[in-house]
Amino acid sequence: MKQIVVISGKGGTGKTILTASFAALARNKVMVDSDVDAANLYLLLNPEIVETHSFSGGKKAYLTPGKCTCCAHCIEACRFDAISETGEGEIFIDPISCEGCGVCSFVCPEEAIEMKSAISGEWFVSKTKYGPFVHAKLGIGEENSGKLVTEVRKKAAEIAVEKSLDYIIIDGSPGIGCPVIASLTGADMAIVITEPSLSGIHDMERVIQMANHFKIKTACCINKFDLNEKNSNYIENWCQKKSIPLLGRISYDQDVTNSMLQGIPLIEYTDFSVSGEIKNIWEKLILLLKT
Amino acid sequence: MIIAIASGKGGTGKTTVAVNLALSLQEKNPVQFLDCDVEEPNAHFFLKPKIHKTLPVNVFIPEIIEDKCTFCGKCAEFCAFNALAVLKDMVLVFSELCHGCGGCSLVCPENAIREHEQKIGVLELGTSNALQFIQGTLDIGKAMSPPIIRAEKRLIDKSCTVIIDVPPGTSCPFAEAVKESDFTVLVTEPTPFGLNDLRLAVETIRKIEIPFGVILNRADIGNKNVQEYCREENIPILMTIPMDRKIAVAYSTGKTIIEIQPSYRQKFLDLYTKIQRLIQ
Repeated sequence: MKQIVVISGKGGTGKTILTASFAALARNKVMVDSDVDAANLYLLLNPEIVETHSFSGGKKAYLTPGKCTCCAHCIEACRFDAISETGEGEIFIDPISCEGCGVCSFVCPEEAIEMKSAISGEWFVSKTKYGPFVHAKLGIGEENSGKLVTEVRKKAAEIAVEKSLDYIIIDGSPGIGCPVIASLTGADMAIVITEPSLSGIHDMERVIQMANHFKIKTACCINKFDLNEKNSNYIENWCQKKSIPLLGRISYDQDVTNSMLQGIPLIEYTDFSVSGEIKNIWEKLILLLKT
Repeated sequence: MIIAIASGKGGTGKTTVAVNLALSLQEKNPVQFLDCDVEEPNAHFFLKPKIHKTLPVNVFIPEIIEDKCTFCGKCAEFCAFNALAVLKDMVLVFSELCHGCGGCSLVCPENAIREHEQKIGVLELGTSNALQFIQGTLDIGKAMSPPIIRAEKRLIDKSCTVIIDVPPGTSCPFAEAVKESDFTVLVTEPTPFGLNDLRLAVETIRKIEIPFGVILNRADIGNKNVQEYCREENIPILMTIPMDRKIAVAYSTGKTIIEIQPSYRQKFLDLYTKIQRLIQ
């Protein structure tokens, strides 16, 4: 069984479009949307939810106003700037900034702060015409997206073992931080999809360095390559120099938006050039996974 | 005034809007620009700042003083992030899980935990013409960006108009970056992905209680569902930018919209006026 994860560094370069097409091309697989704070893959896979689980990532601090004497020890102790004094001289704990460490509760001489578990998201196991799909929705402004990613990946791995599947296909999130690291750990290959802009190149280089840091193999593809062919050539040369396999180039095409509007994977929307480019990428990827 | 430029979905044009707004304003007002997309900061490609100063951003990581430690396990029990494990005669510190809250050293009855600083990124301070520029960058392999965003925001100069380029998504880095802004602009595109992620961003912004409006980028691709959603929810659409291959190509080489189409300067100034009016 092989785990492949699609990442990009920069947002909006086409991760979900590519993942959905892989979902339609691969046999015997389970799909995962690990972009838990802005999940979009479900919009293309039309899932029917069969299981819903709540996720509790951590605790948050709650103040009992009657007990608080406003001594402000908690304000001093909090390293996350989550506690402040209001204009009315009351203590306010901002739930969005609170990371749930419990230091405020520990230092409070009046025992006025309680740490309570908060439900910080939900995750789902769904049926799709392409196979099983594990996805999630993180609560508003929540911490712990990395933990939730780990949770959905664990479930997908169980499904893959139980059904003897060949692939786990993971849609990643932008950036190089906590949720991306969680989506990458233990994967067999990270597919980095980029675009030929200075930002796209810079972000691709950083995300590949990050994957190298965690010893995950990478392969690259260039989306909208014809927007700036000089930059696309730069990316190809850079990949060659770093011995990173280039899986292919994808043209800038209105059909990408059209397929999204229809709510289906791109390769099911059209048989034309851009679809062929993605099929070639998938075939190259399968060969690469065998080596 | 602090204006945060954000979006749920990545790649919708946050940096483009932030940079063009800052450059349009700088002739009238002093402007401070904060690139808070510390995992992938890109505004420097467009603003081309001269960096005067580089500061490390450190977090505190526990260090066990072995001859004082009695392996009582109180530190590991307290740690909400599972960053410590106490064995029979050894304490393991998983620094990548540590949030740097300092709780372990507070609860240790033997004073056997000392904190040492570990670098997780840098702040770079500079100028670009009249603009004050600050950028935070997370080191490769480090997981947590909020401490860098917080360090950056401590340098906010309230005598300026402050423009913040916010990281994508709707979780903690997003919330940290938009928090305490006077107004947040959500940049989106009229596609199902754009709408889905706009909804999530709107839910978050409403919870944080910051006034906000929407900019529709590549406004003529896709469908009308974002406009309908904004009408139903009473969300002002502050500006629309049409799909223009020339803008996309200019972006790819680090050029701004106002460089290739100077008439946009007035549109960005109008945007600022609208925001001012909405705040009052």
